[in-house]
Amino acid sequence: MSADELKHAGLNLQEADPLTHEKAGEAIFGFWVFLMSDAVVFALLFATYGVMLRGTAGGPVPHEVYEIKSAFIETLILLSSSFTFGLASLAMKYEHKRHQLELWLGVTLLLGFAFIGWEIHDFVSMAAKGEVPSRSGYLSGFYALVPMHMLHVTIGCVWGMVMLVQIRKFGLDPMVKINVMRLSLFWHFLDIIWIGIFSVVYLQGLA
Amino acid sequence: MDDRAKYRRELRGYAIGFASALALTCAAFATVHFDLAPAGTTIGIVFALGLIQLNVHFRFFLHIDLKKSARDDLQLILFSTLITLLMVGGTLIILFNLYHRMM
Repeated sequence: MSADELKHAGLNLQEADPLTHEKAGEAIFGFWVFLMSDAVVFALLFATYGVMLRGTAGGPVPHEVYEIKSAFIETLILLSSSFTFGLASLAMKYEHKRHQLELWLGVTLLLGFAFIGWEIHDFVSMAAKGEVPSRSGYLSGFYALVPMHMLHVTIGCVWGMVMLVQIRKFGLDPMVKINVMRLSLFWHFLDIIWIGIFSVVYLQGLA
Repeated sequence: MDDRAKYRRELRGYAIGFASALALTCAAFATVHFDLAPAGTTIGIVFALGLIQLNVHFRFFLHIDLKKSARDDLQLILFSTLITLLMVGGTLIILFNLYHRMM
Protein backbone atom coordinates (compact mmCIF):
# COMPACT_ATOMS: atom_id res chain seq x y z
CA MET A 1 0.00 0.00 0.00
CA SER A 2 1.48 3.29 -1.02
CA ALA A 3 0.82 6.59 0.69
CA ASP A 4 -0.46 7.91 -2.61
CA GLU A 5 -3.43 5.58 -2.66
CA LEU A 6 -6.94 6.97 -2.16
CA LYS A 7 -8.41 5.62 1.05
CA HIS A 8 -11.73 7.37 1.51
CA ALA A 9 -14.24 9.85 0.16
CA GLY A 10 -13.33 13.52 0.16
CA LEU A 11 -9.87 15.01 -0.18
CA ASN A 12 -7.15 12.47 0.65
CA LEU A 13 -4.01 13.72 2.41
CA GLN A 14 -1.81 11.07 0.76
CA GLU A 15 1.90 11.94 0.71
CA ALA A 16 1.28 15.38 2.20
CA ASP A 17 0.80 13.66 5.58
CA PRO A 18 1.26 9.86 5.35
CA LEU A 19 0.70 9.30 9.09
CA THR A 20 -2.72 10.93 9.20
CA HIS A 21 -3.57 9.43 5.84
CA GLU A 22 -2.94 5.95 7.25
CA LYS A 23 -5.34 6.60 10.15
CA ALA A 24 -7.97 8.39 8.09
CA GLY A 25 -9.28 5.45 6.06
CA GLU A 26 -11.30 3.78 8.80
CA ALA A 27 -12.30 7.00 10.59
CA ILE A 28 -13.68 8.57 7.44
CA PHE A 29 -15.43 5.39 6.30
CA GLY A 30 -17.30 5.27 9.63
CA PHE A 31 -18.47 8.84 9.13
CA TRP A 32 -19.43 8.04 5.56
CA VAL A 33 -21.74 5.27 6.87
CA PHE A 34 -23.41 7.86 9.11
CA LEU A 35 -23.83 10.22 6.16
CA MET A 36 -25.49 7.54 4.08
CA SER A 37 -27.94 6.76 6.90
CA ASP A 38 -28.64 10.49 7.10
CA ALA A 39 -29.26 10.41 3.35
CA VAL A 40 -31.94 7.76 3.95
CA VAL A 41 -33.65 10.05 6.49
CA PHE A 42 -33.67 12.88 3.96
CA ALA A 43 -34.89 10.58 1.19
CA LEU A 44 -37.89 9.58 3.29
CA LEU A 45 -38.64 13.22 4.11
CA PHE A 46 -38.54 13.87 0.35
CA ALA A 47 -40.96 10.99 -0.16
CA THR A 48 -43.26 12.38 2.56
CA TYR A 49 -43.16 15.79 0.89
CA GLY A 50 -43.94 14.25 -2.50
CA VAL A 51 -46.93 12.36 -1.09
CA MET A 52 -48.24 15.43 0.75
CA LEU A 53 -47.73 17.81 -2.18
CA ARG A 54 -51.36 17.71 -3.31
CA GLY A 55 -52.76 17.87 0.22
CA THR A 56 -53.14 21.64 0.32
CA ALA A 57 -56.52 21.58 2.13
CA GLY A 58 -57.74 24.64 0.21
CA GLY A 59 -54.75 26.62 1.53
CA PRO A 60 -51.70 28.04 -0.25
CA VAL A 61 -50.25 26.02 -3.16
CA PRO A 62 -46.50 25.70 -3.86
CA HIS A 63 -46.18 28.38 -6.56
CA GLU A 64 -47.81 30.95 -4.26
CA VAL A 65 -45.50 30.05 -1.39
CA TYR A 66 -42.05 29.98 -3.04
CA GLU A 67 -39.98 32.81 -4.46
CA ILE A 68 -37.47 31.85 -7.15
CA LYS A 69 -35.11 34.73 -6.31
CA SER A 70 -34.74 33.70 -2.70
CA ALA A 71 -34.20 30.02 -3.57
CA PHE A 72 -31.60 31.00 -6.19
CA ILE A 73 -29.62 33.19 -3.79
CA GLU A 74 -29.65 30.46 -1.12
CA THR A 75 -28.42 27.97 -3.71
CA LEU A 76 -25.57 30.26 -4.77
CA ILE A 77 -24.52 30.88 -1.15
CA LEU A 78 -24.45 27.18 -0.29
CA LEU A 79 -22.67 26.22 -3.51
CA SER A 80 -19.99 28.86 -2.95
CA SER A 81 -19.54 27.64 0.62
CA SER A 82 -18.92 24.13 -0.71
CA PHE A 83 -16.19 25.53 -2.97
CA THR A 84 -14.58 27.56 -0.17
CA PHE A 85 -14.57 24.44 2.00
CA GLY A 86 -12.70 22.74 -0.84
CA LEU A 87 -10.14 25.57 -0.65
CA ALA A 88 -9.93 25.04 3.12
CA SER A 89 -9.26 21.32 2.62
CA LEU A 90 -6.53 22.09 0.07
CA ALA A 91 -4.98 24.63 2.46
CA MET A 92 -4.94 21.98 5.19
CA LYS A 93 -3.27 19.50 2.86
CA TYR A 94 -0.62 21.72 1.29
CA GLU A 95 0.04 24.70 3.59
CA HIS A 96 2.13 24.02 6.61
CA LYS A 97 0.82 27.04 8.46
CA ARG A 98 -2.73 27.10 9.66
CA HIS A 99 -3.76 30.66 8.64
CA GLN A 100 -5.00 29.71 5.17
CA LEU A 101 -7.10 26.90 6.60
CA GLU A 102 -8.57 29.21 9.25
CA LEU A 103 -9.29 31.87 6.66
CA TRP A 104 -11.19 29.59 4.27
CA LEU A 105 -12.97 27.76 7.08
CA GLY A 106 -14.02 31.16 8.41
CA VAL A 107 -15.33 32.26 5.00
CA THR A 108 -17.24 28.96 4.70
CA LEU A 109 -18.85 29.49 8.11
CA LEU A 110 -19.84 33.07 7.23
CA LEU A 111 -21.52 31.77 4.06
CA GLY A 112 -23.20 29.10 6.20
CA PHE A 113 -24.56 31.76 8.57
CA ALA A 114 -25.72 33.87 5.62
CA PHE A 115 -27.58 30.83 4.28
CA ILE A 116 -29.25 30.16 7.64
CA GLY A 117 -30.18 33.83 8.02
CA TRP A 118 -31.73 33.94 4.55
CA GLU A 119 -33.75 30.79 5.23
CA ILE A 120 -35.02 32.03 8.59
CA HIS A 121 -36.10 35.23 6.84
CA ASP A 122 -38.00 33.06 4.31
CA PHE A 123 -39.72 31.03 7.00
CA VAL A 124 -40.67 34.12 9.00
CA SER A 125 -42.23 35.83 5.99
CA MET A 126 -44.06 32.58 5.12
CA ALA A 127 -45.41 32.34 8.66
CA ALA A 128 -46.54 35.97 8.48
CA LYS A 129 -48.72 35.03 5.49
CA GLY A 130 -50.31 32.20 7.51
CA GLU A 131 -48.20 29.52 5.78
CA VAL A 132 -47.46 27.52 8.92
CA PRO A 133 -46.98 23.72 9.32
CA SER A 134 -50.47 23.22 10.79
CA ARG A 135 -52.17 24.86 7.76
CA SER A 136 -52.07 21.79 5.48
CA GLY A 137 -50.41 18.43 4.90
CA TYR A 138 -48.36 20.00 2.12
CA LEU A 139 -46.94 22.67 4.45
CA SER A 140 -46.27 20.06 7.16
CA GLY A 141 -44.23 18.10 4.61
CA PHE A 142 -42.38 21.26 3.59
CA TYR A 143 -41.56 22.22 7.18
CA ALA A 144 -40.39 18.69 7.97
CA LEU A 145 -37.94 18.67 5.05
CA VAL A 146 -36.42 22.13 4.52
CA PRO A 147 -35.85 23.17 8.17
CA MET A 148 -34.36 19.70 8.75
CA HIS A 149 -31.69 20.67 6.21
CA MET A 150 -31.29 24.06 7.89
CA LEU A 151 -30.82 22.31 11.23
CA HIS A 152 -28.02 20.25 9.68
CA VAL A 153 -26.33 23.39 8.31
CA THR A 154 -26.62 24.98 11.76
CA ILE A 155 -24.96 21.95 13.37
CA GLY A 156 -22.28 22.15 10.67
CA CYS A 157 -21.63 25.80 11.57
CA VAL A 158 -21.35 25.02 15.30
CA TRP A 159 -19.02 22.14 14.45
CA GLY A 160 -16.94 24.50 12.27
CA MET A 161 -16.55 26.95 15.15
CA VAL A 162 -15.45 24.10 17.41
CA MET A 163 -12.90 23.15 14.75
CA LEU A 164 -11.52 26.71 14.64
CA VAL A 165 -11.00 26.48 18.40
CA GLN A 166 -9.39 23.03 18.11
CA ILE A 167 -7.04 24.20 15.34
CA ARG A 168 -5.95 27.09 17.57
CA LYS A 169 -5.58 24.95 20.69
CA PHE A 170 -4.08 21.72 19.33
CA GLY A 171 -2.53 22.81 16.03
CA LEU A 172 -2.79 20.57 12.99
CA ASP A 173 -2.41 17.17 14.62
CA PRO A 174 -3.86 14.01 13.01
CA MET A 175 -7.06 14.08 15.10
CA VAL A 176 -7.83 17.69 14.17
CA LYS A 177 -7.12 17.01 10.52
CA ILE A 178 -9.41 13.99 10.50
CA ASN A 179 -12.15 16.05 12.18
CA VAL A 180 -11.84 18.75 9.52
CA MET A 181 -12.05 16.04 6.84
CA ARG A 182 -15.24 14.68 8.43
CA LEU A 183 -16.72 18.16 8.55
CA SER A 184 -15.82 18.68 4.89
CA LEU A 185 -17.73 15.52 3.93
CA PHE A 186 -20.69 16.67 6.03
CA TRP A 187 -20.65 20.08 4.35
CA HIS A 188 -20.40 18.76 0.77
CA PHE A 189 -23.10 16.23 1.63
CA LEU A 190 -25.48 18.99 2.79
CA ASP A 191 -24.90 20.78 -0.50
CA ILE A 192 -25.91 17.59 -2.32
CA ILE A 193 -29.12 17.39 -0.26
CA TRP A 194 -29.78 21.00 -1.21
CA ILE A 195 -29.65 20.06 -4.93
CA GLY A 196 -32.59 17.77 -4.15
CA ILE A 197 -34.40 20.51 -2.23
CA PHE A 198 -34.11 23.20 -4.88
CA SER A 199 -35.02 20.77 -7.69
CA VAL A 200 -37.83 18.83 -6.01
CA VAL A 201 -39.29 21.48 -3.70
CA TYR A 202 -38.66 24.93 -5.17
CA LEU A 203 -38.29 24.42 -8.94
CA GLN A 204 -40.94 21.69 -9.18
CA GLY A 205 -43.30 23.91 -7.20
CA LEU A 206 -42.67 26.92 -9.43
CA ALA A 207 -42.61 25.10 -12.81
CA MET B 1 5.39 15.62 -9.26
CA ASP B 2 6.10 18.36 -6.72
CA ASP B 3 3.61 19.73 -4.20
CA ARG B 4 2.82 22.89 -6.16
CA ALA B 5 1.88 20.91 -9.25
CA LYS B 6 -0.31 18.56 -7.21
CA TYR B 7 -1.90 21.51 -5.47
CA ARG B 8 -2.71 23.16 -8.78
CA ARG B 9 -4.14 19.93 -10.16
CA GLU B 10 -6.43 19.43 -7.17
CA LEU B 11 -7.41 23.10 -7.15
CA ARG B 12 -8.36 22.77 -10.80
CA GLY B 13 -10.61 19.82 -9.85
CA TYR B 14 -12.52 21.93 -7.31
CA ALA B 15 -12.72 24.85 -9.75
CA ILE B 16 -14.08 22.64 -12.55
CA GLY B 17 -16.62 21.18 -10.11
CA PHE B 18 -17.69 24.61 -8.92
CA ALA B 19 -17.98 26.05 -12.44
CA SER B 20 -20.02 23.13 -13.78
CA ALA B 21 -22.25 23.02 -10.68
CA LEU B 22 -22.85 26.76 -11.11
CA ALA B 23 -23.69 26.34 -14.80
CA LEU B 24 -26.09 23.45 -14.09
CA THR B 25 -27.80 25.38 -11.27
CA CYS B 26 -28.25 28.46 -13.45
CA ALA B 27 -29.59 26.32 -16.31
CA ALA B 28 -32.17 24.72 -13.99
CA PHE B 29 -33.33 28.03 -12.53
CA ALA B 30 -33.38 29.70 -15.96
CA THR B 31 -35.56 26.92 -17.40
CA VAL B 32 -38.16 27.56 -14.70
CA HIS B 33 -37.82 31.34 -14.51
CA PHE B 34 -38.12 32.03 -18.24
CA ASP B 35 -40.75 29.31 -18.87
CA LEU B 36 -38.59 27.78 -21.59
CA ALA B 37 -40.75 24.64 -21.88
CA PRO B 38 -44.23 23.34 -20.96
CA ALA B 39 -44.60 22.50 -17.24
CA GLY B 40 -44.17 18.71 -17.55
CA THR B 41 -41.03 19.02 -19.69
CA THR B 42 -39.62 21.70 -17.39
CA ILE B 43 -39.83 19.36 -14.38
CA GLY B 44 -38.12 16.63 -16.41
CA ILE B 45 -35.31 19.02 -17.42
CA VAL B 46 -34.88 20.26 -13.82
CA PHE B 47 -34.66 16.70 -12.47
CA ALA B 48 -32.20 15.66 -15.19
CA LEU B 49 -29.97 18.70 -14.49
CA GLY B 50 -30.22 17.95 -10.75
CA LEU B 51 -29.07 14.37 -11.30
CA ILE B 52 -26.10 15.53 -13.39
CA GLN B 53 -25.20 18.08 -10.71
CA LEU B 54 -25.41 15.35 -8.07
CA ASN B 55 -22.79 13.39 -9.98
CA VAL B 56 -20.62 16.49 -10.44
CA HIS B 57 -20.63 17.04 -6.66
CA PHE B 58 -19.79 13.39 -5.97
CA ARG B 59 -16.98 13.43 -8.50
CA PHE B 60 -15.30 16.78 -7.82
CA PHE B 61 -16.16 17.60 -4.19
CA LEU B 62 -16.39 14.15 -2.59
CA HIS B 63 -13.85 12.53 -4.94
CA ILE B 64 -15.94 9.41 -5.48
CA ASP B 65 -15.19 7.79 -8.81
CA LEU B 66 -14.77 4.41 -10.43
CA LYS B 67 -11.10 4.01 -9.47
CA LYS B 68 -10.40 0.79 -7.62
CA SER B 69 -9.31 2.44 -4.37
CA ALA B 70 -12.60 4.31 -3.99
CA ARG B 71 -14.71 1.18 -4.46
CA ASP B 72 -15.70 0.68 -0.79
CA ASP B 73 -17.23 4.12 -0.67
CA LEU B 74 -18.87 3.64 -4.03
CA GLN B 75 -20.37 0.33 -2.92
CA LEU B 76 -21.72 1.95 0.21
CA ILE B 77 -23.32 4.69 -1.90
CA LEU B 78 -24.82 2.16 -4.30
CA PHE B 79 -26.19 0.06 -1.42
CA SER B 80 -27.66 3.15 0.26
CA THR B 81 -29.16 4.14 -3.06
CA LEU B 82 -30.76 0.71 -3.38
CA ILE B 83 -32.28 0.94 0.13
CA THR B 84 -33.42 4.49 -0.55
CA LEU B 85 -35.06 3.52 -3.84
CA LEU B 86 -36.87 0.62 -2.16
CA MET B 87 -38.13 2.75 0.72
CA VAL B 88 -38.98 5.86 -1.27
CA GLY B 89 -40.41 3.89 -4.18
CA GLY B 90 -42.44 1.69 -1.79
CA THR B 91 -43.77 4.72 0.08
CA LEU B 92 -44.81 6.49 -3.11
CA ILE B 93 -46.46 3.41 -4.65
CA ILE B 94 -48.42 2.51 -1.51
CA LEU B 95 -49.58 6.01 -0.65
CA PHE B 96 -50.53 7.04 -4.18
CA ASN B 97 -52.38 3.75 -4.51
CA LEU B 98 -54.20 4.62 -1.29
CA TYR B 99 -55.07 8.09 -2.61
CA HIS B 100 -56.37 6.53 -5.79
CA ARG B 101 -58.63 4.10 -3.92
CA MET B 102 -59.97 6.78 -1.63
CA MET B 103 -60.97 9.11 -4.47
